[in-house]
Amino acid sequence: MIHFVLLISRQGKVRLTKWYSPYSQKERSKVIRELSGIVLNRGPKLCNFVEWRGHRVVYRRYAGLYFCMCIDEADNELEVLDIIHHFVEILDRYFGSVCELDLIFNFHKAYYILDEVLIAGEFQESSKRTIIRLLSTHDSMVEMAKEEATSIGNMIAQVTK
Amino acid sequence: MNPFSSGTRLRDMIRAIRACKTAAEERAVVRKECAAIRAAINENDQDYRHRNLAKLMFIHMLGYPTHFGQMECLKLIASPGFPEKRIGYLGLMLLLDERQEVLMLVTNSVKQDLNHTNQYIVGLALCALGNICSAEMARDLAPEVERLLQFRDPNIRKKAALCSIRIIKKVPDLAENFINPVAALLKEKHHGVLITGVQLCTDLCKVSPEALEYFRKKCTDGLVRTLRDLVNSPYAPEYDIAGITDPFLHIRLLKLLRVLGRGDADASDSMNDILAQVATKTESNKNAGNAILYECVETIMSIEDNGGLRVLAINILGRFLSNRDNNIRYVALNMLMRAITVDAQAVQRHRATILECVKDSDASIRKRALELVYLLVNESNVKPLTKELVDYLEVSDQDFKGDLTAKVCSIIEKFSPEKSWYIDQMLKVLTEAGNFVKDEVWHALVVVISNASDLHGYTVRALFRALQTTAEQESLVRVAVWCIGEYGDLLVSNAGMLNVEDPITVTESDAVDIVESAIKRHASDLTTKSMALIALLKLSSRFPSCSGRIKDIVVQHKGSLVLELQQRSLEFNSIIEKHQNIRSALVERMPVLDEATFGGRRASSLPNTVSTSSGTAVKLPNGVAKPSAAPLVDLLDLSDDVPAPSSSGGDFLQDLLGVNLPPATQSEGTNQTPKAGTDVLLDLLSIGSTPAQDNNLSTPDILSSGQDNKPIIASLDLLAAPSNMMDLLDGLGPAPPKPAENGPAYPSIVAFESSSLRLTFNFSKQPGNPQTTMISGSFTNLSSNLFTDFVFQAAVPKFLQLHLDPASGNSLPASGNGTITQSLKVTNSQHGKKPLVMRLRIAYKVDGKDVLEEGQINNFPRDL
Repeated sequence: MIHFVLLISRQGKVRLTKWYSPYSQKERSKVIRELSGIVLNRGPKLCNFVEWRGHRVVYRRYAGLYFCMCIDEADNELEVLDIIHHFVEILDRYFGSVCELDLIFNFHKAYYILDEVLIAGEFQESSKRTIIRLLSTHDSMVEMAKEEATSIGNMIAQVTK
Repeated sequence: MNPFSSGTRLRDMIRAIRACKTAAEERAVVRKECAAIRAAINENDQDYRHRNLAKLMFIHMLGYPTHFGQMECLKLIASPGFPEKRIGYLGLMLLLDERQEVLMLVTNSVKQDLNHTNQYIVGLALCALGNICSAEMARDLAPEVERLLQFRDPNIRKKAALCSIRIIKKVPDLAENFINPVAALLKEKHHGVLITGVQLCTDLCKVSPEALEYFRKKCTDGLVRTLRDLVNSPYAPEYDIAGITDPFLHIRLLKLLRVLGRGDADASDSMNDILAQVATKTESNKNAGNAILYECVETIMSIEDNGGLRVLAINILGRFLSNRDNNIRYVALNMLMRAITVDAQAVQRHRATILECVKDSDASIRKRALELVYLLVNESNVKPLTKELVDYLEVSDQDFKGDLTAKVCSIIEKFSPEKSWYIDQMLKVLTEAGNFVKDEVWHALVVVISNASDLHGYTVRALFRALQTTAEQESLVRVAVWCIGEYGDLLVSNAGMLNVEDPITVTESDAVDIVESAIKRHASDLTTKSMALIALLKLSSRFPSCSGRIKDIVVQHKGSLVLELQQRSLEFNSIIEKHQNIRSALVERMPVLDEATFGGRRASSLPNTVSTSSGTAVKLPNGVAKPSAAPLVDLLDLSDDVPAPSSSGGDFLQDLLGVNLPPATQSEGTNQTPKAGTDVLLDLLSIGSTPAQDNNLSTPDILSSGQDNKPIIASLDLLAAPSNMMDLLDGLGPAPPKPAENGPAYPSIVAFESSSLRLTFNFSKQPGNPQTTMISGSFTNLSSNLFTDFVFQAAVPKFLQLHLDPASGNSLPASGNGTITQSLKVTNSQHGKKPLVMRLRIAYKVDGKDVLEEGQINNFPRDL
């Protein structure tokens, strides 16, 4: 299973963290510090796996962002690379050629997308189309609720004028 | 909405934070935002709750504390709308983890949402539950999740399946409830459901043997069919990755088949064909294809043996290993490690390539390859492999040297064919990477050197040469200093030349020079300096001409701020100055160190021990029995973790010469019985090793006549008045000679006594094996009746090993008119820590009637 997912920028800023195994707040920041030190310092031609505290961290770099996933020793590292890519492709489709700023200002959206790809550290859905469809349904439900709230607000405003 | 709200928008806050130039500025912005959010929470502000939570999540991601927002998540989850719930659940997953008490409060809301009419809300609840549920929640909500496995929408079914994985991991007892609904999921066509269903099935098999049995029987064929359909499916754009339809599903199916096939020939048989097909047909030019091949190889390796398939698998790994892509090589090395148990020969074929990988520029690959090489070493290839590794040690980078050194040392110790090779290789390692060599490794080396008497000269000369070129490696310096101290005479006289050696000319003062430079080196630590002082003391006797100079060097440390050095300096100075007559005896060469004892001691802490060559059972000329070898090892053992001082006479002199920084040795037992104390000292002072030496008689006397408590007081006074000690030695000098004891004798004990029977034990130990005690038991009949069918049985706790020899007879004459004797051999694996203890049962017949006597022996001498 995947124990956690980290998105770290080249400057070491955390863009997304998701923990599927219990780590206390203290451990979390320690993990992030340690791993960003290891991953960011690796050369470009090296393999995408790092052994770390009895686990394996699979990372992949997209522009200035490192996507890291920590897995068990027995898991399939090559597949995790594909999972990362799968996630990135969905981000790309959702935001329309995604960039780091999208993930900063819409960080919650990135989380929603991740929640459609992984649950409990396990892979959930291999169809990108299904995921995009689900996400747009969610978004339209939020929009509808907003409009409703606005129209009610307007009504109240008119009544109380 | 609320015109009076002063809060900024989420977007504005992020901008403000990003605009900060310094950390202090950022903290200020965050503090201001947090204050506003707290205020809003206190006012119970409804309208901006979700926005505040979103801000908190961002702040949380930056690493600031946000616990005060936890209750807001709960409120949002409890509100009716989808947008509020969505952000509420996200906050729950982000700000809380399963160990927080607050989580319990949310159980009820989650339960309601799992039963919600809006399926998207059900989806949110399932997702949150899957990501953070605790054991209690798992128990409470399992029935809901189980029901949702049959929900009409596949997107809910797949989420429920993953949520179930979390539940059964938290509470394995719940596994059986899920077996039936999961079997249905395996027949699905929807990929998401199938992927998650297969994964759940795999996890069920891991926690429940019944589930494994069930799925193996009912589902293996179906899964094989699913995989076949998938492999042969036409192009499907929705699932296609690099020309392969849904590699994720491929991999999960292969994984489940592995679990089902492992240990079951029938199941393995039914999947052979499809595995062969996957292994041969999958394209390996893209990562996705390689991921599938990798998984397939692992499945082939794990299921029941099929020769043809395994050849195929090993060939795939061979191809991987020669791939240019580092990722592929990495996984190949990884898998070869698992394959080595299956087919070591096949893996050996790739040895050369693997060895190249040890030198790769990529640390991950190097580490993998090194582990693999370590597994590949055997008696036949140890020499070339070690040569390669030792050569590489020279050029490897610093980060890797530690790992590499540890592995090389371990290989050398484990497989060394002969001592000279062992010593040679260790010297090379010490020269290249002595700073990375662990203490127990060079301790072992010293033990081996001490046992290789024909190589003493060779070793000390080689070390001398090495030390001349490199003095930077701490453990090299230590070993060299020790050897020069012990075998300095061989260094100068060129005694015991081997054919392979070049002769060197070393004068006595050269030898002293090099030890002096070790003591003066700034980098030398306390241990090295202490060892160098001892070496100097020893040399002062070996090289009388340098005695004056050595005294000068020793005296320099008289004012050392380090207590240990100061004390040694003072004591050694006195020995050199005032006690010429006993000095040569004091600084005799160490008796041969006992390999078995040392090996045994290491065995407990290390998986790989020194190869203990059986041929070198140590025999000391004057018959000092071997249990005392253990303290000698302690003498070398410079570790600081020595137990509290024991109060026997031995310690004081051990302090005098001992290298142990805290003033006691691990009492391996010997110095607790009054007589054994002598032996410790004999060995410590190395007096016993040369037979018929006149002046050595004086020292045992000191020891044997010194009452046990006296020297301790003396040792306390040592520092304040060094002459005190000398007085003690002086005063005791001319006492009458006393022959050395023949081994530590243990008093006989009455192990068991009843009205009719007495059992006495006599103890002895074999030299060189302090753990084993030979006991000879003799039974005496105290009654006036003849005992027949006499049987003695004994039992010992687990840390002991008991071997009973046959008794001398089975009838015992009345009134002590004869005895039965029986030998026992007890090996105490906790020697020195735990005393012997034994329970016994004696059965015999008196006048045809059975009698049974039982008892426990607790009065063994403490140090057996």
